[in-house]
Amino acid sequence: MNWYGVAAIWRFEMARFFRSIIQSIVSPVLSTSLYFVVFGAAIGSRIPEIEGVSYGAFIVPGLIMLTVLQQSIQNAGFGIYFPKFIGTIFEILSAPLSSFEIVLGYVGAAAVKSLLIGMIILATSFFFVDITVKHPLWMMAFLLLTAVSFALLGFILGIWARNFEQLNLVPLLVVTPLVFLGGSFYSITMLPPFWQTLSKFNPVLYLVSGFRWSFFGTADVPVAASLAAVLIFAGICLAIVTWIFRSGYRLKS
Amino acid sequence: MSDIVTVENLSKTYDGGFQALKNTSLSIRQGEILALLGPNGAGKTTLISTICGITAPTAGHIQVGGHDVVTDWRAARKLIGLVPQEINLEPFELLINTVRFSRGLFGQPPNAAFIEKILEDLSLADKKNARIAELSGGMKRRVLIAKALAHEPRVLFLDEPTAGVDVELRRDMWQLVERLRADGVTIILTTHYIEEAEAIADRIGVIRKGEILLVEEKTKLMQRMGKKTLKIELRAPIDAPPDALSEFDLSLADGGQALIYSYDAAGERTGITRLLASLQSCGLAMADLQTSQSSLEDIFVDLVQESAA
Repeated sequence: MNWYGVAAIWRFEMARFFRSIIQSIVSPVLSTSLYFVVFGAAIGSRIPEIEGVSYGAFIVPGLIMLTVLQQSIQNAGFGIYFPKFIGTIFEILSAPLSSFEIVLGYVGAAAVKSLLIGMIILATSFFFVDITVKHPLWMMAFLLLTAVSFALLGFILGIWARNFEQLNLVPLLVVTPLVFLGGSFYSITMLPPFWQTLSKFNPVLYLVSGFRWSFFGTADVPVAASLAAVLIFAGICLAIVTWIFRSGYRLKS
Repeated sequence: MSDIVTVENLSKTYDGGFQALKNTSLSIRQGEILALLGPNGAGKTTLISTICGITAPTAGHIQVGGHDVVTDWRAARKLIGLVPQEINLEPFELLINTVRFSRGLFGQPPNAAFIEKILEDLSLADKKNARIAELSGGMKRRVLIAKALAHEPRVLFLDEPTAGVDVELRRDMWQLVERLRADGVTIILTTHYIEEAEAIADRIGVIRKGEILLVEEKTKLMQRMGKKTLKIELRAPIDAPPDALSEFDLSLADGGQALIYSYDAAGERTGITRLLASLQSCGLAMADLQTSQSSLEDIFVDLVQESAA
């Protein structure tokens, strides 16, 4: 195991994060605060409690998930895409690093970054709403699993993408709609039956629901189903990453 | 001398069907400087990339320091440093961090003193806290070398190290290569500049269309392939070489003001004495004499054209 190599990638990626501190931290905090102000205060005051939770508090887990998903994909995707784009990838490929070690470095750094941002958003929410976390360990577990599996997805996209447009395509056209339609800002019990059934096919629903359960103890789908969904998703991403390195897809000629 | 890199029957065909290397074999000796010469697209970079593990071989085997680059890749790669042809650097990172990064990547524990020394050797020490984007082109090229040396490799590949580099930096680079060789590092460089190979290499390999045409000691190659010419400047121009001198196969130059005589420098009899005596008996008055030796460049052009014919 080349731990120095993993640490080198990890540190390099974290340095990128702290170099662009405004983009990395201030921007997600600012946009989250805007969500609180607009949804929580302005609209939320006209919405009654959902499942015994005030609307402002109800959207906190969804907001954290939204940001963690986006940040994990973006950080890991950019992390591996940028060396490909500027050509420094040759060094990674010629180094005595296994594919597992490379993934550990990039995905590890991306997951840590988005976890940090998730925690910052949670801290920010304390300023806006009254909120307690019922199952803090489960909350951390869901957050960690989500961050890791979506960082894996971002890594895959970063390797697949041939240009910046492709890099942003999937997060923009697939992930963001899935998050918004996955019950981030509402309970799916509020939907007509047909849309409720359709929502069950949205993987993000399971993440948000499980995560929200760790906060309030109520969920749209059983917690076990949420956990299974995250694990399956992480497994699929891992399988694809393994295949990428085995075949050298878009990495080696 | 033992071989540190052996390439056996290596072939590489890219996905598009282009065959960049054809059944290539090559042995690189421990501690030597080997220059690989070849026209653009000859397969130099493919050969290096395959040894370094960036490109997967289609067929054949490569060993570095006794380690197979496919089955025992971790040990093989630790021994190798690569300076690529293109200047590929993360623009926003600090110089020193990119060099530390490279050392870590190759599995070496941090060693601040060693990194300092490399930067010192490459005249980069005073720029170590500058961002890569702020450096000049020549400095960036030296950063690439610093990165390649950061993990103390035993074999260093320099892919066109002096392309687009000014004369002074090129000489610095040659000195650096000499110092590295003194430390026991084996150096393989590809180059377009034949004078570069002539100046620093121990052996020359010529590669063309994915095939290695020859690998030979530089001095032997130049002796074997090199032609010497004697230019005799005349006091008065002539229309044609006198018939009495036909055995020397002379040619006219400078509008009849000079005669050119080609001879084999390595041969036992050069024929010069006889030629000069004959000239005198023909009554031709000489103004001056010049000899010149064909450069590696001439040899290279001959070789590549010969194999193309």
